[in-house]
Amino acid sequence: MLNIKKGSVSHSAYDLRDPNGEIIETHTLAVLVDNESGVLARVIGLFSGRGYNIDSLTVAEVDHEGHRSRITVVTTGTAAVIEQIKAQLGRLVPVHEVHDLTVEGPAVQRELALFKVSGKGDHRIEALRLAEIFRANVVDSTLESFVFEITGTPEKIDAFADLMRPLGLREMARTGVAALARGV
Amino acid sequence: MTQMSGAKMVVQALKDQGVEVVFGYPGGAVLPIYDEIFQQNDIKHVLVRHEQGAVHMAEGYARSTGKPGVVLVTSGPGATNAVTGLTDALLDSIPLVVLSGQVPTFLIGTDGFQEADTVGITRACTKHNWLVKDPAKLSETIHNGFHVATSGRPGPVLIDIPKDVQFATADYVGPAPTKPRHYAPTVKGDPAMIERMVEMIETAERPVFYTGGGVINSGPRASELLRELAEATGFPVTSTLMGLGAYPASGKLWLGMLGMHGLYEANLAMHGCDAMFNIGARFDDRITGRVADFSPGSKKVHIDIEASSINKIIRVDVPILGDVANVLEDVLTLWKQRGSRVNREAVTQWWVRIKEWQAVRCLDYRPSQKTIKPQHALERLEALTRGRDRYITTEVGQHQMWAAQYLHFDQPNRWMTSGGLGTMGYGLPASIGVQVAHPDALVINVAGEASWLMNMQEMGTAMQFRAPVKQFILNNERLGMVRQWQDLLHGQRYSHSWSESLPDFVKLAEAFGCKGIRCSDPNDLDDAINEMLDYDGPVIFDCLVEKHENCFPMIPSGKPHNEMLLGEAKMMGVIETHGAALV
Repeated sequence: MLNIKKGSVSHSAYDLRDPNGEIIETHTLAVLVDNESGVLARVIGLFSGRGYNIDSLTVAEVDHEGHRSRITVVTTGTAAVIEQIKAQLGRLVPVHEVHDLTVEGPAVQRELALFKVSGKGDHRIEALRLAEIFRANVVDSTLESFVFEITGTPEKIDAFADLMRPLGLREMARTGVAALARGV
Repeated sequence: MTQMSGAKMVVQALKDQGVEVVFGYPGGAVLPIYDEIFQQNDIKHVLVRHEQGAVHMAEGYARSTGKPGVVLVTSGPGATNAVTGLTDALLDSIPLVVLSGQVPTFLIGTDGFQEADTVGITRACTKHNWLVKDPAKLSETIHNGFHVATSGRPGPVLIDIPKDVQFATADYVGPAPTKPRHYAPTVKGDPAMIERMVEMIETAERPVFYTGGGVINSGPRASELLRELAEATGFPVTSTLMGLGAYPASGKLWLGMLGMHGLYEANLAMHGCDAMFNIGARFDDRITGRVADFSPGSKKVHIDIEASSINKIIRVDVPILGDVANVLEDVLTLWKQRGSRVNREAVTQWWVRIKEWQAVRCLDYRPSQKTIKPQHALERLEALTRGRDRYITTEVGQHQMWAAQYLHFDQPNRWMTSGGLGTMGYGLPASIGVQVAHPDALVINVAGEASWLMNMQEMGTAMQFRAPVKQFILNNERLGMVRQWQDLLHGQRYSHSWSESLPDFVKLAEAFGCKGIRCSDPNDLDDAINEMLDYDGPVIFDCLVEKHENCFPMIPSGKPHNEMLLGEAKMMGVIETHGAALV
């Protein structure tokens, strides 16, 4: 689950947060948009133009016939800023829906990452052992390196990266978060 | 369905949208459209002298009629010249449809001649924009453009049309009667919130209506309802720069404009009220001053059609998302149903305090027999045009604030000024746009000489299209507002804030073929103004005014409403360092 910082309420029907609070929260937003030319530029331009943060961003078409794409943005800001971000996103003409998965109820979030780890001897064995514990797959292997594929929450991927670093982490590629609300 | 070329579709779509006039400038990438314009007589084309002028004219047209303004420009520099106007319209919520030519689709991305990434450049300064690569989608896109520009919070849209799409043939689609689109702004207010607003009206002890451009944009009905609600409750009314005319300046409840150069009584009423009814305004920083100290003791209602405007700067107690006219209608109905009650005794006491503030007479200035005070010039302009159906545009700066303070507006859509963006060079082209929409009306651009020079080439447009616009230039040979800030904030070091090598405005008028009038003596002023008003044609009026007059009242940046500078106040040292960092 999301690591919700103090001051945010993810499971209450009522907004009990201090509107003038300075506590920075992390929210995951799902934005359903028309898959038209420039739509991603509009969303990104909104964030950069108004000085909002993007921690992670994923986008892909999810409805080929309806030409819809789903953009998942992880962003940080005070409660007031998060509300502004949602309202500003809602203003964009190609945006159909904006969902704040952090406050609308429980949600699952997953991210995929690839890690290239090189090493010999004990380091190599230890990397492989840890990969097993994290349920990472080996998708490429040479005598001196592995490429691991791992899926999980961003925190799990962070934890895996921390463990791989002393064992010879060379490169890492992350997809950013994809998220869905739980239940129907 | 009818098959036609893309260029013909453009003209057909404009006709079907009821467009009467297009402001534009031809060029290589829009020649097919200009060819179609040449072959018809339904749509008038006003040839401008610079594309920025075209956009401001369209803004003037839109603001004085409530209809969208239409602009046609070519690719590359034509489109980039339109950017300032687009940004201006976006900030002031003015409906515009700008059509730009583009290099043919097969040249896009090759750095072709007069190619610019117009959609990329204008993405941040339009409500929405489109690059139409498929001729089959052109007519629908134009109709959509009108829908987006005029619905919800209005704004500018841009449609970029490559030249090969203008030549290609496809089916023309007329405007759809209903648009099953997800883009459908909320116009009806939430009944629960409307009930809370009515309760506040019933119990308020120190109420104030804080109205804005949203009342004007909502249409004439909104202004009527505002007047009805104000008269019925007896609550005082103030307005932002954008909302002047929604409630008449001659009304007995009128407090005058509020904000940085707003009236003393308006700002103190905002500061001291216990119930603030924000109707179509957006808590702009010119209005709020220091946010932490903004109207500390009040409960606030905010009616706005745009969700992102609510709780953006000031947290409100009763947010009402909806169209002003719709919401006010519901509020009035419910309030009357519940017995039309107000706390009369408390409101009467509140008016006693307001009258004390009004007695300060914050707009008083030191008169002069020798030089024309700019305030005096505007008072005389007001007096000599009273009773006439008069449209005023302005440039940006001191003269703009004085015009807002000293001219009186009794009707909406009579006051066109660049509020949000503060675009110098707005007023002259805007006045032409207004005059094109209202050929028989009196249209005056109250200008400063520096702003006016920024788009003075448009006098050629005024002459060509016989737009008898009156350019009333308060010439202090200074960038007055910049000078004022340097006076108050930067140790009187007047860095580049004077106008040197000014043209002779009377000779300039003659060069354009219009009338020039110069006046520097207060005793000649009335005759000179009358001469301007009586002349059948454009006039450039060079009114030489006091050079070092500052505009008061003034709430310095970073100060709350109750810390205001009045005309005779001692000025040095009142603005703190952190305030100087603000603009």
